[in-house]
Amino acid sequence: MIKAGTTVRTVDPPLPAVRLPRRRGIELALIVLAVTLSVYGYCAVGVARNGTVPPGAAGYGAGLGVLALLAHCAVRLRAPCADPLLLPIGVLLNGLGLVLIYRLDLETPGDRAAPTQLVWSTLGVALFIVVVLLLRDHRVLQRYAYVCVAAALALLTLPILFPAVNGARIWIRIAGFSIQPGEFAKVLLAVFFAAYLAANRNALAYAGRQVWRFSRIQLPTGRVLGPIVAVWLVSVGVLVLERDLGTSLLFFGLFVVLLYVATGRTGWIAVGLLLASLGAVAVGRLEPHVHSRVEDWLHPFASIEAGQGPNQLAQSLFAFAAGGVLGTGLGLGHSVLIGFAAKSDFILATAGEELGLAGLFAIFLLYGLLVERGFRAGLCLSDPFGRLLAVGLASIVALQVFVIAGGVTGLIPLTGMAMPFLAQGGSSVVTNWAIVALLIRVSDSARGRSEKENKNEQPGQMIP
Amino acid sequence: MIRHIRHAAVFCALLLVALLVNAARVQVFQARSYDDNAANRRPNIARYGQPRGDILVGGRPVTGSRDTGEQLRYERTYSDGPMFAPVTGFASQEYGTSLLEHTEDGVLSGADPMLSSFPLWNDFTRARNPGGDVVTTLDPAAQRAAYRGLAGRKGAVAAIEPSSGRILALVSSPSYDPAALSGNDAGVARSWARLNRAADKPMLNRAVRQTYPPGSTFKVVTAAAALDAGVITDLDEPTRSPDPYTLPGTTTRLTNESDGCVDLSLREAFKWSCNTVFAKLGVDVGVRDMTATAQGFGFNDTKLRIPFSVARSTFDTTLDRAQLALSSIGQYNTRATPLQMAMVAGAVANGGQVREPYLVERTVRAGGATVRTAGSRPVRQAMKASTAARLRELMTQVVTEGTGTNAAIPGAVVGGKTGTAQHGILNSGTPYAWFVSWAQGDTDIQPKVAVAVVVEDGSVARGDITGGGMAAPIARAVMEAVLTGPHTE
Repeated sequence: MIKAGTTVRTVDPPLPAVRLPRRRGIELALIVLAVTLSVYGYCAVGVARNGTVPPGAAGYGAGLGVLALLAHCAVRLRAPCADPLLLPIGVLLNGLGLVLIYRLDLETPGDRAAPTQLVWSTLGVALFIVVVLLLRDHRVLQRYAYVCVAAALALLTLPILFPAVNGARIWIRIAGFSIQPGEFAKVLLAVFFAAYLAANRNALAYAGRQVWRFSRIQLPTGRVLGPIVAVWLVSVGVLVLERDLGTSLLFFGLFVVLLYVATGRTGWIAVGLLLASLGAVAVGRLEPHVHSRVEDWLHPFASIEAGQGPNQLAQSLFAFAAGGVLGTGLGLGHSVLIGFAAKSDFILATAGEELGLAGLFAIFLLYGLLVERGFRAGLCLSDPFGRLLAVGLASIVALQVFVIAGGVTGLIPLTGMAMPFLAQGGSSVVTNWAIVALLIRVSDSARGRSEKENKNEQPGQMIP
Repeated sequence: MIRHIRHAAVFCALLLVALLVNAARVQVFQARSYDDNAANRRPNIARYGQPRGDILVGGRPVTGSRDTGEQLRYERTYSDGPMFAPVTGFASQEYGTSLLEHTEDGVLSGADPMLSSFPLWNDFTRARNPGGDVVTTLDPAAQRAAYRGLAGRKGAVAAIEPSSGRILALVSSPSYDPAALSGNDAGVARSWARLNRAADKPMLNRAVRQTYPPGSTFKVVTAAAALDAGVITDLDEPTRSPDPYTLPGTTTRLTNESDGCVDLSLREAFKWSCNTVFAKLGVDVGVRDMTATAQGFGFNDTKLRIPFSVARSTFDTTLDRAQLALSSIGQYNTRATPLQMAMVAGAVANGGQVREPYLVERTVRAGGATVRTAGSRPVRQAMKASTAARLRELMTQVVTEGTGTNAAIPGAVVGGKTGTAQHGILNSGTPYAWFVSWAQGDTDIQPKVAVAVVVEDGSVARGDITGGGMAAPIARAVMEAVLTGPHTE
């Protein structure tokens, strides 16, 4: 498939020097709205449960507001042209997640997760600010591609040394905090994939052999493909060993999407689907853990018919169904019946029950908007690395939302994963803030390009 | 590359659409089936999340709700539970509901869409209405008189208002406290097991769910059939009945408890409850007319709901003449619930018309607005009005000078009929003592109450069991309670 879109363009034709509006005021207004909505949700929980506004409402609002404002200041200072939607969406989703976790805390008096989550959110925003302030140009990351991949593999292998928690070796525990290093590895791998593919995409796209005569499917040579497949295999292998299939699926999807975007080869999709189905069949056969997940997905009520009561997925479906169109209202549902992982993997069920289909649509559309802004930044950029990085980060969010939301609503087999920003889990929140920070940086480059071009900066020159 | 980024974006958009469609499937289109899944605890949590509506007797609730603070929050409580158990039934978190708690559950639990001013909107928002109340027709004084009258002996009382069919008293004894079944803890399971094992079946509602051979009280029906069919035209004309009476086609000789039944008139035979006379009368009337009259009173009706179902009272329709003779004196396959016999007495008191009995006067919302009323009940002419008038005369004489003098009330006209029903193999069981009656205060324009009492008492020597001795005083207490109650003013 050789067409106009795939022609090599290291430097775009210069655009007319138009100064795009920066829209930082809009961002501020949206942040205020996001914080207000979160505080409103927090108060709604208290009113529904006790008839009064919870005592911590002011503190919660102030904390979230200060964090959001600090992030906003960092953006104003160092990424003035960034997309104004990214930060408010992050604030709103994080605020809503805190409300949902606080709400579930009320049902489990022995386990208070919201304060911890607030600490992690603070760390996440701190990382966001650090990234926005220190990383002046995303292309710098391209130089550290192999450092990133080494770090990613190290992070992925690290938990094997630690004891398994709930059947999965994906946590490490340090000083009372449990960390999921695989979460951080996502971003690092996205950086590596983007950098490697940006550097080698021509070789991948044009060198290769045709699979069938006259067919348009063309496979690249092993020499170019080797390193990347090796990295991918190692990461997937590690994940299967650690039994974290959601992340494995995510890496695979990320890999295929980036490969397709970089080369434009439908062959990649064919290879990807082939590998996926092979992997699915093999893992489904060999791994009882996965096999039972597939069985649960096909027959969510099998355990009820067997007289063992509803399993987590059945309880999750009950919760969604109980929400209906408008939901029961915050604090008035019974999603705690899901039991284990109600605050993490199944947090969406609480949103579905208490906010209803309307609230769920709103949340999905927020994620959709976040992803769309990422893709838009990718489209506006001129350098291949930036484009691939933006697409990769957006795809991480999209795939992760799909895998876990589809899992808990019975669309696909359930695999344990964190709903970005909403779910309990420190590593996940920190990682998601890092993703938003990188998207802010990339979108700043994309939208600010015309300004920089006015100063005669040639972005294409920095590609090594 | 731009083009492929767009492709990837379209792919992500497809994922989003898939999520949205699937969410709509789960939350809207399949929500009902998930909600109705038996393993889903939400309906129960919602059901017990608010106080249950109350059952009112005489304007006063006989039920209540207790906040336990547990996941299934409110538990049912009862005041005078054993006395009202044959009406209220139980509402258990573990074992479901029964009787009024069962049939009126929609209103009591708040699930009935009619409780809302905007039912469709409520369906949409999934809001639950506060539980409504059920106003019963019971007369608390009559109920108490009946319960105290039985005093724990096995038996039942049913009392109705003849002109309307309103049930004034419905008592079964021995009874149980339904509060013992309300919750969901281990004690409830023990109570359930104990009540189900108990030899005297305290959870059996004898007033409507148990049939007894009506014995001599059935002679009211036989007399009605004979008068309606024209077999008897004059109450004082001799009936040409022998004593003993040999059952047609057999050598079995039917005798009487008392002497002097030979060739008595219907008036005297009714007064002294002569088996021989009524057995012969039934045979003279014939199966067809006997069946028609019995079914006019409500026998063989399987569809009666008050609103919970009432056991079918039976009058066999395929009988030879000997069986018909026995059936006509309330033996053989003739069986009746106490409520059915109250309806028989009520028909006599109400000019031959049977009003379908009912327990629920109306249901109201928590605010007091009426949801449903009983409305006008179906009416059935069981016998001619003239026949009813003559039977009133006969029944009155039973109380003034016959076997039922124990039921007499000063200042009121009382009509009654005693019965001592034999049962068991070769009639070896302790007989049941019956009394059916109606009463009209001297200032009333029509009879105010019809009542049926049955006492199945094994503790008294066999000869002492007569309807007049054991059952009539209970009937009198119930009738007095109704006549002196607020209804007579």
